[in-house]
Amino acid sequence: MAIVSIRKLSKSYWRDSLEIPVLRDISFEIAEGDFLGLMGPSGSGKTTLLNLIAGIDKPTAGTIDVAGTEITTMGESPLAAWRARHIGFVFQFYNLLPVLTARENVELPLLLSKLPKKERKEHVEFALKVVGLADRMHHYPKQLSGGQEQRVAIARAIVTDPTLLVADEPTGDLDKSSAEEILKLLERLNSEFKKTIVMVTHDPRAAERAHSVRHLDKGELS
Amino acid sequence: MYILKLILRNAFRHKLRTLLTILGIAIAVLAFGIMRTVVTSWYSGVESSQANRMITVHRVSFIFELPLAYRDRITKIPGVKKVSFANWFQGIYIDKNQFFARLAVDPETIWDVSPEFVVTDSVKEALKKQRNACVIGAKLVRDYNLHVGDLMSIEGDIYPGKWQMQIVGVYQGKDQTVDETQMLFNWHYLDEELKQNEPGRDGHVGWYVLQIDNPNDRARVSAAVDDLFANSSAETKTQTEKEFQQSFVSMSGAILTAINAVAFVIIGIILLVLSNTMAMTARERIGEYAVMRTLGFSAKNISQLVAGESLLISLVGGLIGLGVTYPLCAAIQKIVPTGWFPVFNVETVTVVLAFGSAIAAGVVAAAFPISRAVRTKIVDGLRHIA
Repeated sequence: MAIVSIRKLSKSYWRDSLEIPVLRDISFEIAEGDFLGLMGPSGSGKTTLLNLIAGIDKPTAGTIDVAGTEITTMGESPLAAWRARHIGFVFQFYNLLPVLTARENVELPLLLSKLPKKERKEHVEFALKVVGLADRMHHYPKQLSGGQEQRVAIARAIVTDPTLLVADEPTGDLDKSSAEEILKLLERLNSEFKKTIVMVTHDPRAAERAHSVRHLDKGELS
Repeated sequence: MYILKLILRNAFRHKLRTLLTILGIAIAVLAFGIMRTVVTSWYSGVESSQANRMITVHRVSFIFELPLAYRDRITKIPGVKKVSFANWFQGIYIDKNQFFARLAVDPETIWDVSPEFVVTDSVKEALKKQRNACVIGAKLVRDYNLHVGDLMSIEGDIYPGKWQMQIVGVYQGKDQTVDETQMLFNWHYLDEELKQNEPGRDGHVGWYVLQIDNPNDRARVSAAVDDLFANSSAETKTQTEKEFQQSFVSMSGAILTAINAVAFVIIGIILLVLSNTMAMTARERIGEYAVMRTLGFSAKNISQLVAGESLLISLVGGLIGLGVTYPLCAAIQKIVPTGWFPVFNVETVTVVLAFGSAIAAGVVAAAFPISRAVRTKIVDGLRHIA
């Protein structure tokens, strides 16, 4: 069963009056529980496609249906609430808030839910335990290694139990062994916790971990 | 609580910058508070004027005197309840830098027309009975360490000679807006000395103070008094006490307007200082805001964070500024010679204006960063990180 359905999706940017097409007439589906790798050279539109699926950018044409919700026509506020509920985002550069501890960073998305403090605490501790950083929850990002920061970012992404986990080059800023740890963690989230994952990467070793791989080139999917 | 914690930590992420901004706001609020206090203290005489009090002076100038004989004729005008009179004595007490009002007053009526001066009946009686008696304000007692029974030696200038007044009592102001730096002595002492030493100058007063039954009658009473002495050798000008006081203040009008203008320019400075900090903050955190919006935080949430930080800084700066304003104003009052600012209180309206300005600056300074944080597309904001 498809959890993401993309139909005739196009995206262009405008530089003055010049239209720069990034994605051209893309249609495909992502099955629930899939671990999809999106590959392609720089400028091929991988991140743009990921952003569109995550609802942080709007297409020029086409539709995106995620878990039964057509997101391209949603307004800003409903879309923000939808992201909070359905999307877990892992960035290449972790993007933790430096003034918050690991525990507080992971708790951040839960503030948008109506969970009481006690339950939030349980969720946060569980997420940090899953990524193996329960003992570092009171550390600030600057006190963690790159790999640890990315694991905290993954904990933040999964703490709300989202429908879809999207990762943009999650190993792009890590050394080989840290990257390996992150990929193992993503595999585990997919296999053990049945998370649907869409991962953008141009690292073939990372792509090998995905169940399926799609290639983007000059805005077209192959 | 969590959002407050985030606001607090964000605000002090760049400690030096935030502290300098807070200091800038505090100094601006302090300067505003002091300048406004100077202006309001200048107007304190006007503000403390009584609606049922009128002043009659010589039509040509305040410095010319009026015959004492006018008193009885003014008293007969319908609507006039009580008439008192006084002379500006001036003189030098200790040295020329010791400035405070020294007035020869009618001991029979002064307390009736000036109920804001609180004295005991025994003091009133002592002023009447003793020719060289004087009553001084409580602030003079504190500033010059004077006591009842002490002699005050004054070198006369308008009324030459050596004058010695004995303190028979101390008056308190009814409230803190009342000038407690005046020396009031028995007018008859002045008059008798003039009769002996400068015949012809006696029997004259500087101005009359009229207490009227109904403040709404002031126009009629004013006209009645001035008509009574029209075409005489000493024509009069009768006006409300407020107008009378205002005429003194207006002499310094340009200076006060300038001080007032500078005080409000300072509000602009607060705004610029805070706006600069908040603009830098927004520019630096545009990526973080994009991340938060990716996580599902709405434009409203982000606006609250930015506004909260701006308000926190302005609030702390404003509070520190106001906190320092009170002791500094008290210190200024001690340092400047007695009588320069007889009433130098930080008024509630000054506090409200100063604090309100700091808060308003916090709100306005947040507007541009909020607009930027909210209007920047998430994908563009994320590029700031990459």
